Amino acid sequence: MINHLPILQVIVPLMAAPVAALVRKRGVAWFITVLATWASLAIAVLLLLDVRDGGTIRYALGGWAAPWGIEYRVDTVSAYVLVIVAGIGAIVTPYALLSVRREIGVKQAPLFYSALLLCLCGLLGITITGDVFNLFVFLEISSISAYALIAMGPDRRALHAAYKYLIMGSIGATFIVIGIGMMYMMTGTLNMADLARLLPSVGGRTVTVAFAFLAVGISLKLALFPLHQWLPDAYAYAPSTVTAFLASTATKVAFYVLLRVVFSVFGVVFAFETMSLHWALLPLAIVAVLFASLTAVYQGNVKRLLAYSSVAQIGYMILGVSLATVTGLTAGLLHLFNHAVIKGALFLAMGAVMYRVGSVRIEAMQGLAKRMPWTMAAFVAGGFSLIGVPLTVGFVSKWYLVLGAIENDMWLVAFFVLVGSLLAVAYIWKVAEAAYFKDYIGDLDVREAPLGLLVPMWALVVANFYFGVDANLTVGVARQAAELLLGVGP
Amino acid sequence: MSDQIILRVATKIIVPTILLFALYVQFHGDFGPGGGFQAGVIAAAAFVLYALVFGLRRTHRVLPTWVVRTCASAGVLLYGGVGLATMIGGAEFLNYNVLAHDPEHGQHYGILLVELGVMITVFGVMVTIFYFFAARGREDL
Repeated sequence: MINHLPILQVIVPLMAAPVAALVRKRGVAWFITVLATWASLAIAVLLLLDVRDGGTIRYALGGWAAPWGIEYRVDTVSAYVLVIVAGIGAIVTPYALLSVRREIGVKQAPLFYSALLLCLCGLLGITITGDVFNLFVFLEISSISAYALIAMGPDRRALHAAYKYLIMGSIGATFIVIGIGMMYMMTGTLNMADLARLLPSVGGRTVTVAFAFLAVGISLKLALFPLHQWLPDAYAYAPSTVTAFLASTATKVAFYVLLRVVFSVFGVVFAFETMSLHWALLPLAIVAVLFASLTAVYQGNVKRLLAYSSVAQIGYMILGVSLATVTGLTAGLLHLFNHAVIKGALFLAMGAVMYRVGSVRIEAMQGLAKRMPWTMAAFVAGGFSLIGVPLTVGFVSKWYLVLGAIENDMWLVAFFVLVGSLLAVAYIWKVAEAAYFKDYIGDLDVREAPLGLLVPMWALVVANFYFGVDANLTVGVARQAAELLLGVGP
Repeated sequence: MSDQIILRVATKIIVPTILLFALYVQFHGDFGPGGGFQAGVIAAAAFVLYALVFGLRRTHRVLPTWVVRTCASAGVLLYGGVGLATMIGGAEFLNYNVLAHDPEHGQHYGILLVELGVMITVFGVMVTIFYFFAARGREDL
């Protein structure tokens, strides 16, 4: 079975999804989901260990060798993202039991878990495949299930948010498939490795346009400023579990797609020298950091505040890519992992507030630290990490980002990263001030969140500090992945 | 529309024909245009026509919601099941060669089963979507 790991990574959640949809009891559906997500995590970890020892793993679907058949291809970059996605899935699903019981109807709950598994399957599929059209199919699987998941939010505005995401997401997917079609037209192949081999020799305007379509389409999925309009509402009104899951995985996988297309398919020379991609990405990334952080400061809904902060964090990741150096790319990839654990912890804390208080507005959080000390402590700890206080993961990624900028003599960029961090202090402080320094005015029966919510939340908080103190593992993998993408590594 | 005798009789003649045609498109998909997706949609169209003429209540009696929902899941399971069977047979996922002694027969069975899975799921999902839209704002269903 060991050589079937790449396909099992996708098939386990895919097969668990219809089973979860068939059962009537939501507890059973939940149990199936937990089993499937933990199995996925185990597979992802095994794949990462395999790849770090033995190099790229290839798996030909249906026995049809690439480039004719669909090939699954696992290297350090994809294994790293697989572990992040599966890991967040495995932490979020145990949390879902109580949160879903509060926010989703009894009849809808099995379908909710089914959609969650399909979304996970899609995200893992995007990451593992070595075929651009297969990537598009998985992108649709994950997006469509994400729309359904967001629409299940307890607030009626969730429907509108999901609809907006549906429209924007579909435009993004259309752009991506047009780009893929043009590449196919010019080369006659859909396999990424084969495309990388053939594209430099064909060249021409079609390839340029294909690159532009792909870059814009992926940026939409990635919520890169100014294509981020769908994100704040979608995150703010989705069920708590879904927000935590999507915020830590969906945009990360889109970021991975960008890296794959730019570095593995088109190549550094074409993307950065012929197309000057960094001059498009760098200003947008900086504006994303400043504008989104500034907008976050003025939000009254904390989930929305965190959503704008996510747009800013995507800016940091893109900033790393636009440097196109090993250090810059390492910083981007590091922030992929680090932001997943930061935002996961923060959104899970907000989910616990939603569970007890029923609102995530700042006014509802006044004095809440006295009632829910552990939850608010988790929020502040996650907030420290978001700001980039030393000993947290946020510090590690910003350190590498500033280092990368200084290596390129971009002092102004380094300065903007620090300004972004200061703005993060402002919006995190807003919540912390309300929770710790105001008097409690809410209901008297609000208590600390149950353990079922606290344990996953604190698992992520501990990860924030653990990987902040001992960054060898994450930095090592991220650097290896960056060197692989730039083609300079061993 | 169930008071219209011409529509009623015509529907009763057309519905089985549509279903038969769906099966033709399904199983002839190896040799000509067609396959699971098209067949699933055509089969669903038969029930949509029946519901338009005889009403949703009677259609629910013929094809209850739980059957449709089971179909939607069962097709995916059949598809994945074929893949798992080929893996147990010692080949790659969906490598049909191992499904029979003769690899050529194996390929044939494999694609038939996978397409059948596709048809069942597409049929289930199509009818589910129709049921949801048709039952909107009607508490009695």
